[in-house]
Amino acid sequence: MSVAEQTPIVEVKDAQGRPPRRNGRWAGYLHLLMARMLEMKREPEVVFWVFVFPLLLAAGLGIAFRNKPGEASSVVVVSGAGAQNAESLLQRSSQHAQFKVNTEDAAAARKGFRLGKYDVVIEPQDGEKLVYLYDPARPESVLARANVDDAIQAAAGRKDMVATSEIISSEPGSRYIDFLIPGLLGMNLMNSGMWGIGFALVDMRQRKLLKRFVGTPMRRGDFLLALLSSRLVLMIIEIALLLALGVVFFHMRVLGSIFTITLLGAVGAMCFGGVGLLTASRAQKIESVSGLMNLVMMPMWIFSGVFFSYERFPAVVQPLIKALPLTALNDALRTSILEGTPLMHQWSRLLVMGLWGGISFALALRWFRWT
Amino acid sequence: MCAAIQCRDLRKTYDGKVEAVRGLNLEIETGECFGLLGPNGAGKTTTIEILEGLLEPTSGAVSILGYTWRENERQLREWLGISLQETRLSEKLTVRETVDLFASFYREPRSTDDVLEELQLTEKADSWVGKLSGGQRQRLAVATALVCNPKILFLDEPTTGLDPQSRRQLWDIIREFQRSGGTVLLTTHYMDEAERLCDRLAIVDHGQIIAEGTPQDLIERLGGHHVVEFVVSGNNGVALAAWRALPSVESVREEDGMVALNVKEPHLAIPALLGAVEKQGGQLEHLTTRQASLEDVFVRLTGRHLREE
Ligand SMILES: Nc1ncnc2c1ncn2[C@@H]1O[C@H](COP(=O)(O)OP(=O)(O)OP(=O)(O)O)[C@@H](O)[C@H]1O
Ligand SMILES: [Mg+2]
Repeated sequence: MSVAEQTPIVEVKDAQGRPPRRNGRWAGYLHLLMARMLEMKREPEVVFWVFVFPLLLAAGLGIAFRNKPGEASSVVVVSGAGAQNAESLLQRSSQHAQFKVNTEDAAAARKGFRLGKYDVVIEPQDGEKLVYLYDPARPESVLARANVDDAIQAAAGRKDMVATSEIISSEPGSRYIDFLIPGLLGMNLMNSGMWGIGFALVDMRQRKLLKRFVGTPMRRGDFLLALLSSRLVLMIIEIALLLALGVVFFHMRVLGSIFTITLLGAVGAMCFGGVGLLTASRAQKIESVSGLMNLVMMPMWIFSGVFFSYERFPAVVQPLIKALPLTALNDALRTSILEGTPLMHQWSRLLVMGLWGGISFALALRWFRWT
Repeated sequence: MCAAIQCRDLRKTYDGKVEAVRGLNLEIETGECFGLLGPNGAGKTTTIEILEGLLEPTSGAVSILGYTWRENERQLREWLGISLQETRLSEKLTVRETVDLFASFYREPRSTDDVLEELQLTEKADSWVGKLSGGQRQRLAVATALVCNPKILFLDEPTTGLDPQSRRQLWDIIREFQRSGGTVLLTTHYMDEAERLCDRLAIVDHGQIIAEGTPQDLIERLGGHHVVEFVVSGNNGVALAAWRALPSVESVREEDGMVALNVKEPHLAIPALLGAVEKQGGQLEHLTTRQASLEDVFVRLTGRHLREE
C-alpha cells in the first residue's frame, strides 16, 4: 500500500457537510501568481518605478532632445572700419534670417565668443578683408562660420557654378526620440526584471517566508515560475505604455508587428528574470543583493546603447558589447520597432538572450538557497 | 502503530563549530501534546526544524509517522502543519488571501472560512496582514498551519510576546486540535504554558534533554512539592547544610540572601525552621510557601533560571 492511500488519522470534518476541498495540479501556481500580482498592485512604489518613472524619463528626454528647426546663429561684428560693410552684406543676403547680428568692440566680442554667447566673430581688417574667429571643436561655431561666409560671398556677387535645389526631410524614424524609446523599453525590462525578481526573492528569504513555503508541499518550480510569469504580465503593460507614449506624443511610427515586439519583450523579460534569479539566488540581505544588482546592470546601462549608440565605442570591444543581453534586446527592439525587421532575422539576438536567461536559470536552480 | 515523531541521537553542528544539538532522543505518541522547554539558545528551534525536514541533521535518524524525510518528503509535507519562530507573512495580502494561498499548496485542505472562524479571525478576514496585532498575526500563522488539516502540528514559540489573554486563546485552539486527534509538538520558554498545555515535555539545555516526563512527574522528581522561601538576618551566614538537615527538606538553594527549601511536608519543616532560627539568634524577615513549579525543576537541574532577566 502506498503512502498516499493511507487514511488520515484526523477525520476530514466539515461543519456544513460540504465535500472536502480538492486542489488541482496548478492551484498552487495560480495562487502564487495572483498573490504576487496583488502585492505589486498594492505597493505604490512598484507602480511608480515600473510604470510612471520610465514614462517621465521618456517624456523628459524626448522633449529635451526634440528636433528643433535650426536655431539662428549668433554673429558678432567687431566695430570699426569695414564693420558697416560686413553688416550690410549680411542684411542683404537671402539667408539673413539665419543670423542674429551684433556689434561690439574687439575685447567684448572675444569675451562673448569665449563664453559661448557668440558662435563666430567677424573682424574686418584693413577695410577690405574679413577675418573669421571660430572654434572648429564647436559644431555650432563651424556651422555659423560656413553660413556667414556663404551669405557674405553670395551677397557680394559670387556666382554658383552648379545649379542645386533642396528637399527637406525630417521624418519620424530617424529622430532621437525614435532611437530613445526602444532603448528605454529595453532598459526598463532589465531594471524591472532584475529588481522585481531579485528584490522580492531576497525579501521573502529574509522574512523566512521562503522557508515557510518550503515547509508545505508547494512545488518549488511552480514558485519560481509564478515569479517569472508575474514579470510577463507587467512586461506587456510596460511595452504598451511606452509605445503609446511614443506614438501619441511624439508621433513615432511603429513598423514591426505588435506580436513580434511582444515576443521580443517576453524573451527579454524572461532573460532578465533568469539573471535576476541568479543574482538573488544566495543573498541573505537586501543590501548585499542591491550591490550585486547594480554591479550586474551597470555595464549594460553604459554599453548597451540605451541613450546613445554603442557604435561610438572602439571596434575591439564591439563583440563584447554585442554579447551583452541588454544590447541584444535593445537592438532587437529597435530594428523591430523602427525598421520592421521580422523575427527570422533576429535569431542571433534571440540566441544571446536565450543563452543568458537559460544558463542563469539553470545555475540559479542549482545554487538556490531556500532558507 | 508507530510513534508520530521519533528521533534518535540527533546532532547538529553549525559551520563545524556551534554544537546546537548534541545527541537528542525523542519519541512522541500520536495524539500527544509534547513540549520542548528550554532557555534561549538551547537548541529548540534547531531540533524542531530538523524534525520538520527543513534542516539537515549532522547525524542521527528522524522518522515521522513511520516515514523518513529522504524517501517520503512530498507525502509528509501534506500531513504536517508548521509555524516557524519568525515568519513575516506578506503585509499587503489580506488574511483570507494568505490562508487561501497556503491552502492551495495542499491536495485536500480545509475550508478557509472554517479555519478563520476557529481562530476567531473571521472579522479580520479582509484586513491586510500588516494591519493585524501581534496576537492576531500569531493566530494567522497557526491558521496557515491548520488549513492543511494536518496530523501533526509543529509550533515554535507560538505564544512568545503575547498578552495572557491571547496566550490562553491560542492554548484553547491547540487543545481543540488535540481533541480532534492531532499530535502537537511545541517549543516554549514559558513554564506555565508547558505545565498546563503539555501532556509530556522535555527540558532542553545546551542541545541535550536533561529531564523528560509529564509536568507532574518532573515536579515530583524534585522531591518536594512545596517550596519554602525565607530571609534570615543577624545570624551571620549559617551554612546551607544546616537548613538541609531540617526534617522533610529535600533540597536547598540560596539566591540574593533568600533561602529556598524544597519541602515534602511543610507542617513538619516550618516549625523546625522557626526553632532553628531562634536557636541561632537570627531574625526571620520574610517567609512564604508555594507549590513547586517547573522553574524550580529547571533551577534544580541547571543552577540557572530559565529566563535570565
Ligand atoms: N544558522 C545558524 N548558524 C550558526 N549557528 C546557529 C544557527 N542557528 C542557530 N545557531 C546557534 O545554535 C544554537 C541553538 O539555537 P536555536 O535557535 O536552536 O535555539 P533556541 O532554543 O530555539 O533559542 P530561542 O529560545 O532563542 O529561540 C544557538 O547557540 C545559536 O546561536
Ligand atoms: Mg528558537
